[in-house]
Amino acid sequence: MSGFKTLQGKAAALDRANVDTDQIIPKQFLKRIEKTGFGQYLFYDWRFTKDGLPNPEFELNKEENLGAPILIANENFGCGSSREHAPWALGDYGFKVIIAPSFADIFHQNCLKNGLLPITLPAETVEYLLKCAKSQPYELKVDLQNQVIEDEHSFSVSFSINDYWKKMLINGWDEIEITLQLESSISNFEEKLLAVQ
Amino acid sequence: MGKSIIDKIWEKHVVHREEGKPDLVYIDLHLVHEVTSPQAFSGLRMKNRKVRRPDKTFATVDHNIPTDNRKVINDPVALNQMTTLEKNCLEFGIPLAGLDSPEQGIVHVIGPELGLTQPGMTIVCGDSHTSTHGAFGSIAFGIGTSEVEHVMATQTLWQSKPKTLKLEINGDLKKGVTAKDVILYIIAKNGIGFGTGHIIEYCGDAIAKMSMEERMTICNMSIEGGARAGLVSPDETTFAYLQGRKYAPEGAEFAQAVENWKELVSDPDAAYDKTIQIDAADIAPMVSWGTNPSMTSKVNEKLPKLEECKNELEQKSLSRALDYMGLQEGQKIEDIQIQHVFIGSCTNSRLEDLKQAAEIIRGKKVHPQVRALVVPGSQQVKKQAEAEGLDLIFKQAGFEWRESGCSMCLSMNNDIVPSGEHCASTSNRNFEGRQGSGARTHLVSPLMAAAAALYGHFVDVGALLSAETVQ
Repeated sequence: MSGFKTLQGKAAALDRANVDTDQIIPKQFLKRIEKTGFGQYLFYDWRFTKDGLPNPEFELNKEENLGAPILIANENFGCGSSREHAPWALGDYGFKVIIAPSFADIFHQNCLKNGLLPITLPAETVEYLLKCAKSQPYELKVDLQNQVIEDEHSFSVSFSINDYWKKMLINGWDEIEITLQLESSISNFEEKLLAVQ
Repeated sequence: MGKSIIDKIWEKHVVHREEGKPDLVYIDLHLVHEVTSPQAFSGLRMKNRKVRRPDKTFATVDHNIPTDNRKVINDPVALNQMTTLEKNCLEFGIPLAGLDSPEQGIVHVIGPELGLTQPGMTIVCGDSHTSTHGAFGSIAFGIGTSEVEHVMATQTLWQSKPKTLKLEINGDLKKGVTAKDVILYIIAKNGIGFGTGHIIEYCGDAIAKMSMEERMTICNMSIEGGARAGLVSPDETTFAYLQGRKYAPEGAEFAQAVENWKELVSDPDAAYDKTIQIDAADIAPMVSWGTNPSMTSKVNEKLPKLEECKNELEQKSLSRALDYMGLQEGQKIEDIQIQHVFIGSCTNSRLEDLKQAAEIIRGKKVHPQVRALVVPGSQQVKKQAEAEGLDLIFKQAGFEWRESGCSMCLSMNNDIVPSGEHCASTSNRNFEGRQGSGARTHLVSPLMAAAAALYGHFVDVGALLSAETVQ
């Protein structure tokens, strides 16, 4: 996985609460055995009409939102199923950062494992960003190293992220590789476990 | 300050702890199914890694398998996913309850049924309803595919310890009120995100009185309130359930295990990050009417009105939900017409669930406008139910009697609710499109689903049962 340092780009607004992973990637597209190619199915039931044509009403289909790498969402984004196909679809579509007042736990974890940066900001800040992003063009710069988000005007806000995940994202490390370096700790633990049983 | 059962289990499983990092936690049991595992196996293969502990891993097929004719699988993509799992299990040495195994079933039904699920364990699976296994006093939670691969390779996970939430339910449940109504009531009252970042400990005398199957129903839907895991302290009910199960300890080992399991209780002065108290007597049979599980009311209530919403966001959500569901604000729940009934899913497909539903429909007929199906949670549940003649009761009433699987809970196979039609479902999620594009799901208990099948609309099963007692 390539590392993440800073990103500048268009921010698109999806102002809906409790967007669940069934909406992000509907179940009929979970049968593939690869990690790639899910972007075409992202938000499928919202993005396309019954005839399979792009739904002009859907926020992300608006001309000005196309190609945005930043998604501004609302509370409890990614609730529901544990399917990692959700961040795979978001990433494959082109999103690199998601900003919301809150995320569902499993989805949040799944994003971090796929180089997708979930940023939690206070509800009023997200409300402001949603308003700005609804009148495109609106760009944001996300600096993970310094944990700051800025727009081209005067807006600037810092965000928090667990140091461990920050390091993992910046360096694009393979987590399993890191864990395997603790092989002796795992083996010792297993021996103790056997002794108890 | 004392420790909760959550603290106790967590501390016992920390392999490595370091300032500024999540804990490296050991995993005792890893359950695997066909949908969230293929990419994990590919990842292992690419790096030439093995499954570290195939003996602590167990696989089955459940999500996209047919529940009618098992001999014919028409969807080539789904078939590929199933055969991929078979090949992967063979290559990596993982035990598999495959499509033709008498042990096959929904992963969260067979784990407990086979005695794989035991108190004090850490249990994971690439499925958010892994919280079900918490009913046995284990920390059990859903993970994504990257984490599935990580557990396969290392038998551990990096996890920050979640906060703790004590949810105490005391009192007696009213007639017709089941464990499903309890958890729906909790989510309706506290919201879809009340448990985010927490592990819930369910306790109180109402929980203590419940069977293992009822506790599983409650823990199963913890994730619908945002909590990755929910658990109940093990007690005599738990031990009695586990004794004699295939993978449970036997003889003297079982007695020793019970002694150890008895220590899995919260200290009286244990501290929690959050506490919620519920009076069991406040709960009625519940029906979800919207597009997330918190959009749920008592069966004898009316749908909320837009003017009652607390803020604009809530109003927009309500308006969207009513529009999707084809319902009117303020409408009576009992007036909602039902075209489909689904009894099944990891929430409510166990023997007790089927028995309860069968009691309601015995000797009666499904309403002519309703298509109803029962999908037992596992082949073992199916066999037991058939031994008790439940299949005949269902079939004579006009229900379809199926093979085990996830089926219409997420409609990955061909068990689909058509667009615009309403389904009374004993499953766990009523999200848009969950049971089919445009399908309108109502989450209910097996009792409520059975009653809706007979009447073609929702009825208060509590009143129904009381009337029958009088007769």
